[in-house]
Amino acid sequence: MATKRIRLIDIAHARSGDKGDAGNVGVIARDERFYPILLEQLTVERVKHHFAGICFGEVERFELPNLGALNFILHNTLGGGGTVSLKNDAQGKTLSSAMLRMEIDVEEGLLQG
Amino acid sequence: MNKSIRIASGQGFWGDLIDAPYQQVTRGPVDYLMMDFLAEVTMSIMQKQKLRNPELGYARDLPGQVARMLPHLVEKNIKVITNGGGVNPLACRDAIFREAEKQGIKGLKIGVVMGDDILERIDELTAEGIELANMESGGPITDIRDRIVSANVYFGAYPIVEALRQGAQIIITGRTTDTGLTLAPMIHEFGWARDDWDRMAAGTVAGHILECGGQSSGGNFLGDWKSVPDLAHIGFPIAEAFPDGTVFITKHEHTGGLVSVATIKEQLLYEIGDPREYITPDCVADFTSIRLQQEGENRVRVSDVKGRPDTPFFKVSASYHDGYSASGTLTYAWPDALEKARAADRILRTRLDDLGLHFDEILTEFVGHDSCFGPLAHMPEEINEVVLRIGVRGKDREHVTRFGQELAPLILTGPPSVTGFAGGRPKPSDVIAYWPALIPKTAVTPQVIVEEN
Repeated sequence: MATKRIRLIDIAHARSGDKGDAGNVGVIARDERFYPILLEQLTVERVKHHFAGICFGEVERFELPNLGALNFILHNTLGGGGTVSLKNDAQGKTLSSAMLRMEIDVEEGLLQG
Repeated sequence: MNKSIRIASGQGFWGDLIDAPYQQVTRGPVDYLMMDFLAEVTMSIMQKQKLRNPELGYARDLPGQVARMLPHLVEKNIKVITNGGGVNPLACRDAIFREAEKQGIKGLKIGVVMGDDILERIDELTAEGIELANMESGGPITDIRDRIVSANVYFGAYPIVEALRQGAQIIITGRTTDTGLTLAPMIHEFGWARDDWDRMAAGTVAGHILECGGQSSGGNFLGDWKSVPDLAHIGFPIAEAFPDGTVFITKHEHTGGLVSVATIKEQLLYEIGDPREYITPDCVADFTSIRLQQEGENRVRVSDVKGRPDTPFFKVSASYHDGYSASGTLTYAWPDALEKARAADRILRTRLDDLGLHFDEILTEFVGHDSCFGPLAHMPEEINEVVLRIGVRGKDREHVTRFGQELAPLILTGPPSVTGFAGGRPKPSDVIAYWPALIPKTAVTPQVIVEEN
């Protein structure tokens, strides 16, 4: 089966915010048929690797099949949290975009409706 | 047809669109207006303002916003529920009473919810063995006792329900959960039982959707932001709630923005942890049970929400002084913009080192290149300009001040094609850190005061 390299943004959208020093990134499949791709590809290990140098703690993943979505908690990510952090993005608002830059290889058949 | 109520979101944070609440009460039918003003940092800012002036310590936009709406609120019997009272809800109420007097409006009933402010009770509580341990680090609050700026308990919907029962038209609270502001009118109107957990959760989910204002009606929508019509005139979300717990999210006609399953999904995922355990003082909501359905243009049905009993604890949010910080920027232009900015950073750090200054952290970011994406930033072949942004944080105010004096000299003593220093020397500002803790619900009692002018 032929695979195609795509960016996560092609099949998902996202929103992120802060929870203390952790960032939360909700990733939502653009179509329900893409949710299994998210489940398979966005493993905790893969997301931790993607955010190397940004997230310095544990990554937690939660599934919301009802919304076709995954929620990630990236611990130790915001430089001490909203009021302490020196970062331009102290609230982790753009972690969503950073997540959607991830490149993934997907079987072409899964992308067709 | 079931009786339903329409709860409008009027404010998503202190600093949101000032006219949004007025638009909500004048552009179409609503029964309630909820306005969320409080973020974690807000209470500490308000506590400082109250220290300087005992008449302050609340969201100062609020009395003016209410004054403008007041004739409409009275005429249409719209009730306002807000946590904009901050650390001084009584002063906020009095400011609103003064506005009512000016307009010749009599018989206005305002309810105030107090008892959340435990700043003066910390020693008493710790003496009783209530540690107020930090939920993240586990340390006892006595570690930071002399540096505490504010300490507030998050109350839920019930004190507001009590104020509604006593006939209040405007309800001003201190630290109430964002979600409680929306759940309260549903409990009051529909007579939901305290242990009807699914309905408590349904109202809580509706509250989570409304609490960030326009962020659920097309604002900050990553799904397809270009498809959102007329953001200039964005309509804030409205929850049309039914007694069985079904809620429709919509907005007024002829407003901009977008209410779709996709915009609601993004808001549902905003700042949540474990979706099966969305903990509030009123219940534990299960976000994995929520069912969304598009029911028409700008109308989404939210149903099937499941909930579980509340926990024996309230959350406490305390804040404390934790040193000083300052940050400043310089802009470098082509050629070699990024290389020059990096060189300037090295030069500055060498000078800070030579001066023997100590900081807990020095952070350098290159805005226009990597301030959002860090190591994920792509390296472009040639950039036109980049902003060097450098910040320091430390315990010694003098050291932070000296950092601010060392930035501007880079203009005449560093790499060329540099500009953008109109703001002057970066000044130290207080770092206010946040201390999350739990307190047994039995240790605090909300006070509800309803008065008429």
